[in-house]
Amino acid sequence: MPECRFAPWNDPNEKPLIQFKNVTKRFGTFTAIDDQSFDIYAQEFFALLGPSGCGKTTMMRMLAGFETPTEGTILLGGRDIAPIPPNKREVNMMFQSYALFPHLSVRDNIAFGLKRDKLPADKIAARVDEMLKLTRLEKFAGRKPHQISGGQRQRVALARSLAKGPKLLLLDEPLGALDAKLRQDTQFELMDIQEKTGTTFVIVTHDQEEAMTVASRVAVMDDGRIVQIATPDEIYEAPISAYVADFIGDVTLFSGTAMNRTPGAKPAAADASETEAEPAPQEAETPETETVETPEAVAEIGVPADPEAPVASDDPAPAEPKAAKATPAQGPQPNKLGLWLHDKVWARVFGPRTDIVRQLPPPSDAERTAKREEPETVPAETNDIPEGGITIDWAEGQPPLIALDAPDLEDGTQVKLALRPEKVGISKTRPDAVNALKGKVIDIAYLGNLSTYHVELENGTMIKAQLANTRRISRRDITWEDEVWVSWTGTAGVVLTS
Amino acid sequence: MRRVALIIVPYLWLLALFLVPFAIVLKISLSDIELSIPPYTPQLDLSEGWEGVKAFFAALDFENFVFLTEDDLYWKSYLSSLQIAVISTILTLLVGYPIAYAMARAPNHWRPTLLMLVILPFWTSFLIRVYSWMGILSTEGYLNQLLLGLGLISEPLMILNTNVAVYIGIIYTYLPFMILPIYSTLERMDDSLLEAAEDLGCSRLTAFWLVTLPLSKNGIIAGCFLVFIPVMGEFVIPSLLGGSQTLMIGKVLFEEFFNNRDWPVASAVAVILLLILIIPIVLFQRNEQKQREAEG
Repeated sequence: MPECRFAPWNDPNEKPLIQFKNVTKRFGTFTAIDDQSFDIYAQEFFALLGPSGCGKTTMMRMLAGFETPTEGTILLGGRDIAPIPPNKREVNMMFQSYALFPHLSVRDNIAFGLKRDKLPADKIAARVDEMLKLTRLEKFAGRKPHQISGGQRQRVALARSLAKGPKLLLLDEPLGALDAKLRQDTQFELMDIQEKTGTTFVIVTHDQEEAMTVASRVAVMDDGRIVQIATPDEIYEAPISAYVADFIGDVTLFSGTAMNRTPGAKPAAADASETEAEPAPQEAETPETETVETPEAVAEIGVPADPEAPVASDDPAPAEPKAAKATPAQGPQPNKLGLWLHDKVWARVFGPRTDIVRQLPPPSDAERTAKREEPETVPAETNDIPEGGITIDWAEGQPPLIALDAPDLEDGTQVKLALRPEKVGISKTRPDAVNALKGKVIDIAYLGNLSTYHVELENGTMIKAQLANTRRISRRDITWEDEVWVSWTGTAGVVLTS
Repeated sequence: MRRVALIIVPYLWLLALFLVPFAIVLKISLSDIELSIPPYTPQLDLSEGWEGVKAFFAALDFENFVFLTEDDLYWKSYLSSLQIAVISTILTLLVGYPIAYAMARAPNHWRPTLLMLVILPFWTSFLIRVYSWMGILSTEGYLNQLLLGLGLISEPLMILNTNVAVYIGIIYTYLPFMILPIYSTLERMDDSLLEAAEDLGCSRLTAFWLVTLPLSKNGIIAGCFLVFIPVMGEFVIPSLLGGSQTLMIGKVLFEEFFNNRDWPVASAVAVILLLILIIPIVLFQRNEQKQREAEG
């Protein structure tokens, strides 16, 4: 298995193609690159990812030879490249603006580098034809750059920089000028060409999606430093810091204090430290906490508190839902105002109100189990959670979060829990999950295939939950202002200490 | 209707300020000299009706143009003007290109200042500037004094009233017309093109030759025409800085008009000059057109 995967960085015997050794670059007093050491291996598709001004372009320009490191050395195939001027390096660059020569045809643009090498004319022609074929530009060979589209220009720039067969190809935001659809296609094309030619590619981009798609490894940069170098899946699933987690993809971050969950005394840790602050379902083995929870849960479905209803007597209100709750399934119920109107006005016409609630058809098995679980969830949950991991005490009035695969931490460490929206479930009823929080849907970002729900918790924290839209839009039942539960498993979040 | 109204404005302008004066000059060039006011005949007299118009056109002839071919002063002046215009255009280009290049490469915050310095001489009267060159170039002028003072020469140089002085004057006067169009093309050029050329194996010099120069071609052409066309008819500089041996058609034209009071011959000289200049003017227009198309 490991042999067939391309991962030279895991092989200690593999010689890196490029080595940065304690490279620092300063412009005046500004430090663009701060003492960085890392390796890039042959045939890699290496992405430098970061926000603008993080030093990624400087890194690339040092490789191309347009900047020299202030300190440290850069080795290409074991040789220090500092004394080699850009026109003698076996490195070519594809510029962000493409930098196509506007006075030359597509063919002459591609042939430009080859002609400088004083190759015989027939060899140049053959190589140019090869490049035109590779980038599917045969039809446009005679045109000038201003006579072709942006996507074609991008391919000319790629063909031109590949024509000399460089050891290393640098791509500076190569797809930045293309529209979204074209960019996606071109990303795959780029990977294809990289594979076909076997050239080492280093791409600079601020677009994390692009970096994730094309690269074999991604280096996330911040402020002149590389924060993490890893494969795209590692970067996404196991970011080493909140910065990386936040930069790559969408994430909800919870900051809090970590407590180790002592085996054998699961609820004890939580009880001892948090009972006063936390009337949460977590330690709700006592029935009171449950009843505190349930009326609200039911009220949201059945009887919302209506401030304008004249019968604002609080006493019957909790009793009613309880009664309602007893019936396994219920249809739409009149609200307080409706009941009051009936009693005061319509009773004379229609007769006294019968308290038999209207019933839905008998529930299906699935529904029945779902319903029945509701009151049992909390105790069941505490029993089901495997031992180990930590709890994160993150906000007053909110249950602590449980993260099962956390690193070894001392009690009281400040941590962040990074949670990807697609790992968060959303439902109208309390799900059977290790972590479940109640909130209200504030916003729904509908992306067609996915919907991202922005759920505001009672303390104001926003959580993003993403669902694949496997059903047609009319059949999705969660909408704006709905009271919902967001939930995730004990291993969904990543615990970060920095 | 509105489009017609819009288009008619520039055409009226052209008609009033170019075609009508040109028609008058053409008419005078076909007339004969006479001691009167105005100093030529025939005059169009509409009081005699159709007969008068017929007589007027019958009196016009190409005598003056024939005369221009008979006296070798004229074609020699044309040739000499052409020579001076070509040489000074080349010299202006050689001086102006490096200046434009340096301006375009200068740091951004410097450029407005440099541009200002190029335009600044226009704030002084052209005549005064040419006169001051006389002060610099004359035998007792500042240049000779400086060179004598430095011991570089033992006898003052004879520069004023020679073709050298004319070239100096022309280069000095027309330099901004060369610099500005070249600067504008160079400034627009993307620096990454040079980096790309270097990245693909060019040295700095070949990169200049293969990228910068071709890309500034349009500016060079525009600048050359802007210098060549007015220098061809230049009068002030040769008459103030040049000597008796400096033959330029502008000077001849002036002398015909004001010294000989031979308006018809002077007009014929002007018409021929215009016909000669139509070729470069058309070429210039075509270059501008092409440039606009390439950008659009």
